[in-house]
Amino acid sequence: MPEKSSQNFPAGETIEVSAAKANRDGAWLFANLAKSQEGIVLMLAVLAFIGFSLFLPSFLSPGNLLALVRSVSILGILALGMAIVVIGRGIDVSMIATMVVSVAWAFVLTRGGLDLELALVVGGLFALAAGMAIGILIAFGEVPPIFATLAAGSIIYGLGRTFFFKLEMQNVPPGYEWFSFFGRAQIFGIPVTVLTFGVLCVVVHLILSRTRFGWLTYAMGNNPEASRITGVPVRPMVVAHYAVSAIVAYGAGLILASSTSAINARLFNSTMIYDILLVVVLGGIGLSGGHGKVRNVILGTIFVGILLNGMTILNIDYTIQNLVKGVVLLLAIVIDSLINPRDEQTSQQGDL
Amino acid sequence: MKLGHLGITAMAALVATVTATATLAQNKGLENPRSTSFHGTLEGKKVVFLPLSMGFDLTEGWAARMRAQADRLNYDFQIRDPAWSTDAGTRALQSLIGEAPDLIVAHNPDIQSYARLLAQAQAKGIKVVQINLESNTQTDSYVGADWTEIGKQAAEAVVERCGEGKGSSNKVAIDTGVPTAASDVFQLDGIYKVLDQHPEIEVVSQQATEYNPEKARSIMETVLQQHPDLCGAIGIWDNQDTGTASAIEQAGKGDQVFLVTSGGGNRVGCENVENGMFDLYISYNVPLQGDILNAEIARLLLSETKAGENKALYFNPLTQITKDNVNQRNCWTLDEIR
Repeated sequence: MPEKSSQNFPAGETIEVSAAKANRDGAWLFANLAKSQEGIVLMLAVLAFIGFSLFLPSFLSPGNLLALVRSVSILGILALGMAIVVIGRGIDVSMIATMVVSVAWAFVLTRGGLDLELALVVGGLFALAAGMAIGILIAFGEVPPIFATLAAGSIIYGLGRTFFFKLEMQNVPPGYEWFSFFGRAQIFGIPVTVLTFGVLCVVVHLILSRTRFGWLTYAMGNNPEASRITGVPVRPMVVAHYAVSAIVAYGAGLILASSTSAINARLFNSTMIYDILLVVVLGGIGLSGGHGKVRNVILGTIFVGILLNGMTILNIDYTIQNLVKGVVLLLAIVIDSLINPRDEQTSQQGDL
Repeated sequence: MKLGHLGITAMAALVATVTATATLAQNKGLENPRSTSFHGTLEGKKVVFLPLSMGFDLTEGWAARMRAQADRLNYDFQIRDPAWSTDAGTRALQSLIGEAPDLIVAHNPDIQSYARLLAQAQAKGIKVVQINLESNTQTDSYVGADWTEIGKQAAEAVVERCGEGKGSSNKVAIDTGVPTAASDVFQLDGIYKVLDQHPEIEVVSQQATEYNPEKARSIMETVLQQHPDLCGAIGIWDNQDTGTASAIEQAGKGDQVFLVTSGGGNRVGCENVENGMFDLYISYNVPLQGDILNAEIARLLLSETKAGENKALYFNPLTQITKDNVNQRNCWTLDEIR
């Protein structure tokens, strides 16, 4: 099963094969890179990196590079959760709602007298319940994931605003110094946030490539009907995917709150969810499901990080930054559809 | 016959006098016609609040004060919550123009979006009060902060610390919110009016955070990498600047970088002054704004003048909160002002 299923990822294979040939022929490498979106984004990232390194004096300093990775680590962690769902041919736009509501609720409970430790468990259970409920809705109710999670996001946020907390802004409750560990501490000079992202990358990579859960996820994403007929427990798998993404979102929320000393439920109304999708899509994980790897998430995250960091150093105007982000995403999508034109088979795979 | 008539009149007069005396003896006071008409006029009126969004300290605070007065004076108070969406807010305003309440309290997402609709509402006879964030249209009343003044105060405080020969350098960073909001536009003007007189001050970064603390944090982290000798920072809102402050603390530059921010004076913001994250917190005092707003609502509902005929405004006083004066009087919680 594992050996065979690995043949399902042609994009990845091509790159690896071409990488081997690259040693002999640079032009060949270029030609091959340009054949996949992942390759194009990689080239863009390298170009941007070289450009910024040459023209911005302290871009290349270790401190700045750490700040760069750190600034997108939380986005990267969220994108890992999203990637699992997307590979299984789903999408979860309720991640931010789950993240802010569960973390904010935990803080409110603590201020109400509960121990932070216990409150964090309650928050985690809420996130898990929300994720599973969404999964059940999609798996058993057969609601298209985009609609189910859009609606669920509003419901979760509404529940939070109505019953759990009145103010969107919740400070980390005073008196729990250890909580600042996730977001502020450093181990061997590397921020814990970055380490967490790194460790999660390894874990998700192992899950996707070495476990039955991972293989079945690819199988489901490739062809849900076929996998159902061949005995894949599609419905429980779907529930599991959304549960995982909810828990990942909760974890990301804790790190976020820890590093900024507060959680702002308003993030639900921000463009953060699109930034996560930007990372996933830019990295080369197709929204049609069935392919993509952790390295795509890393690539997307780093590229967005380089862009944001460089533009911040250049002190570029807000509107222009948004313009650049939008143009880059559009470019990636256009190039992708030019290189991998949609055919009858792919267009039947349930476009978004 | 005539005498009889006279007798009756005399009797009546006597009875009247006795009755009047009896009333006076029990001293039931005088009816104040102004009180009667004050309550009578206000009762049953309809006031609608259109905030940027509910769920944050400012709007919840004002709404709490306005609701308290509506309950006291028996008029109808409603909230239309567009949840940060300018689109939804515009639609709500359009439907309000159709519904024609007596008064709209509008909180503008930026200086343009509602400007024409607010003028239309007044043309239809609806009185309009704008709260804390103005639009380009001046309406019956504006109550709130003078953002230019906040910008000036913030810049002056920073110049005091980072001007010629003071501080670690003359470098200053500015974290704005959303570039089109009144709080940004007018505050930046105030900031630069002061900074232009101090050419030694160098603004090394001016970035929009979209009110997102995490974005504010990563921007400040990057800025501190580029300019480790940064001396001052001006943030546009306390809710986002927890992130700015976190980045400064984490870089171990809490003593070096002087951070000024502003906000409604909520306890949450004050906590951050106490623990040293904000060095100066310019508060526009939400409970006070709520009370002034209430006075304006009552004044306009009572007034016979047509909507849009007289334009008033009041910039409420600002409080500079530092570690020395974080106290009950300057900081509030929602439960206290309900």
